[in-house]
Amino acid sequence: MKQLLILSGKGGTGKTTIASAFIKLSNAKAYADCDVDAPNLHLVMNHLSKPKRTDFYGLPKAEVNTELCIHCHLCIKNCQFGAITEEKEIKIDPFSCEGCGVCEAICPAKAISLKPMVSGELMLYKDNAVFSTAQLKTGSGNSGLLVTEVKKQMKEAIKETPIAIIDGSPGIGCPVIASLNGIDMVLIVAEPSVSGIQDMERIIKTAKKLQTKIAVCVNKYDINPAKNQEIEVFCEKSSLPFVGKIPYDSDAVKAINEGKCITDFDCLAGEAAKDVYAKTMELLLKESEELYCDN
Amino acid sequence: MKIAIPVDEKSMNSPVCVSFGRAPYFLIYDIDTSESVFINNLAASSQGGAGIRAAQLIADNAVDALLTFRCGQNAADVFNAASIRIYKIINESIEENINAFKDEKLSLLGEIHAGFHGHGNR
Amino acid sequence: MPGFTGMVTDRMKIAVLSGKGGTGKTMVSVNLSAVAKKAFYIDCDVEEPNGYLFFKPASVVSDKVEIKLPVVDENLCIGCRKCINFCKFNALAYVGNKLRIFEEICHSCGGCVLFCPERALSVKYKTIGYVQKGVSENVSVMTGILNPGESSGVPIIKKLLKDDIQDPIISFIDCPPGSACVVMESIKDADYCILVAEPSLFGAHNLAMVYDLVKMFGKPHGVILNKYLNGNNPSEEFCLKNGINILGKIPFDNELGLLNSNGLIAVRESEKYKRIFSSLLTKVIKEAQHETVINS
Repeated sequence: MKQLLILSGKGGTGKTTIASAFIKLSNAKAYADCDVDAPNLHLVMNHLSKPKRTDFYGLPKAEVNTELCIHCHLCIKNCQFGAITEEKEIKIDPFSCEGCGVCEAICPAKAISLKPMVSGELMLYKDNAVFSTAQLKTGSGNSGLLVTEVKKQMKEAIKETPIAIIDGSPGIGCPVIASLNGIDMVLIVAEPSVSGIQDMERIIKTAKKLQTKIAVCVNKYDINPAKNQEIEVFCEKSSLPFVGKIPYDSDAVKAINEGKCITDFDCLAGEAAKDVYAKTMELLLKESEELYCDN
Repeated sequence: MKIAIPVDEKSMNSPVCVSFGRAPYFLIYDIDTSESVFINNLAASSQGGAGIRAAQLIADNAVDALLTFRCGQNAADVFNAASIRIYKIINESIEENINAFKDEKLSLLGEIHAGFHGHGNR
Repeated sequence: MPGFTGMVTDRMKIAVLSGKGGTGKTMVSVNLSAVAKKAFYIDCDVEEPNGYLFFKPASVVSDKVEIKLPVVDENLCIGCRKCINFCKFNALAYVGNKLRIFEEICHSCGGCVLFCPERALSVKYKTIGYVQKGVSENVSVMTGILNPGESSGVPIIKKLLKDDIQDPIISFIDCPPGSACVVMESIKDADYCILVAEPSLFGAHNLAMVYDLVKMFGKPHGVILNKYLNGNNPSEEFCLKNGINILGKIPFDNELGLLNSNGLIAVRESEKYKRIFSSLLTKVIKEAQHETVINS
């Protein structure tokens, strides 16, 4: 199984739109949404079946049994995260608590204990294709671990299949690194803007460290053709494959709002996406080629 | 001499696991006695630092060499400090890798990747 | 060039957030700050700060942000492993008869130092990033920067938002995207939250998530619909359905898109945008003051 990951650095570049187009064009039988903070892929993939739902347990958090508390305040004094306060009773803020266990260990009355917390939910759709996704609960951390579970869930649900497409998460932190783990190639969707270029460069740095095949494309390129040119020149200089550019297309926006895929009907963005798809697949299926420079 | 291999199942027919830190089990194989022991990898469900904890587990089992597909920087640091050499596996088969190791056909793992900081809770 | 000259009577902290990136959070917070008589712009997106690219602030003063890390005295360490057994984050290992500390994994909880029976562990400090303060005309620009490779921006955001100012100045807090820990830290002390939404199916879905967050924190809030087009607008429908106050609509405009992608501040380049954002700012201040009166 060859896994293609689609990343963008900053949000709003069209990562999910492109991922859904690729899934349709490749007729992929396995795909996943690793943007566990704000999953969107399910909105355009239109699965009719009900998904299997599994609770995801994240970092355990400290809870206090106020009956046992002797109000010595050792917990408050030693919590490095400001998570513990006292009004009438000791209160532990679950959003600030990092589950370090210092309060539990230091409490002379054994009034505090760490309890596992449900911090998200995994969903698995299994009909004509396997679709793995998840939603992190508002206010939780652990997105990296949940991302790993999403990919694991997808792989366990389908043993043999040629291609899997993974819609990644925005940013450059832990969830992105978790998405990059173990995949064959990453396609970076860049935005032609000052911030978009900066974020693209940071993603490339991270992907190179993990020794992954990299390719770059630009979405909504006509919003700033000069910036697009900058990206093409950058790719040339860095020996990174530039696999195409997709124009901004208001027909495409309309289609997406109606839950349709841009390659389902005639539109400029769809045509350009097909081209990017062809070039990306060629690179993905090529056997172990050095597609990045050794920096 | 003992070697460790991350594996998916507790069986000599199991494929070698692609991950090190989050492999479900480790095979500890004694080259001299041909004895094999499977241990649970307690690090697999860790919030973060799985590679470090797994490496500690391997070191505590008096292992001399690790055969793996890949290894993170943090785990590699632990192995270096413990004088445990890391070799790159050639395929999914436990048996073939053990034989290749005995025949001195395995090469040392060259590409150590950056830590994954899988805790992601911030 | 001053735009809105209305009176802000109290210290006011307004967080600008959105469920996903690319909706126009930075564009909105940068331009609202620029059009005010005087304002603080605080960039809490410490992994990928963007605001300073627009302001290009001068007279920049940098202040480092430090975290605490454990350090071991090998002469005192007896290898009892109490620290390793305690650490929930696997940041410690004992190999080759030495304790090894993995600083990037450490969460700075202080547990190992506290519980070492031999007092072999003590505290040292490490710089994880910076808080930079500069000036761009009427705006005090504060940027938080997390050094690449560091895991948490929360200590930086805490420092950025530590506020000793009593003057009646308005602050715009440009939040990180999403709804995770760093976002919560950014809105904790805000008086009012502006949710920026774009008119797409994804935009509405993500608006719902960040709406949940501000409700959970009990923050008064309103929505700005960005990239507004005529026709089907799932985000607008979401607001109408849930009775969420719509503060304003910024029309989709190639000119605005181009100015933004070139790193320019629209209200400083164009009279048209100065007018649009001035009236938006008036609305925002009116709503924020109204809400804080109700809540006090």
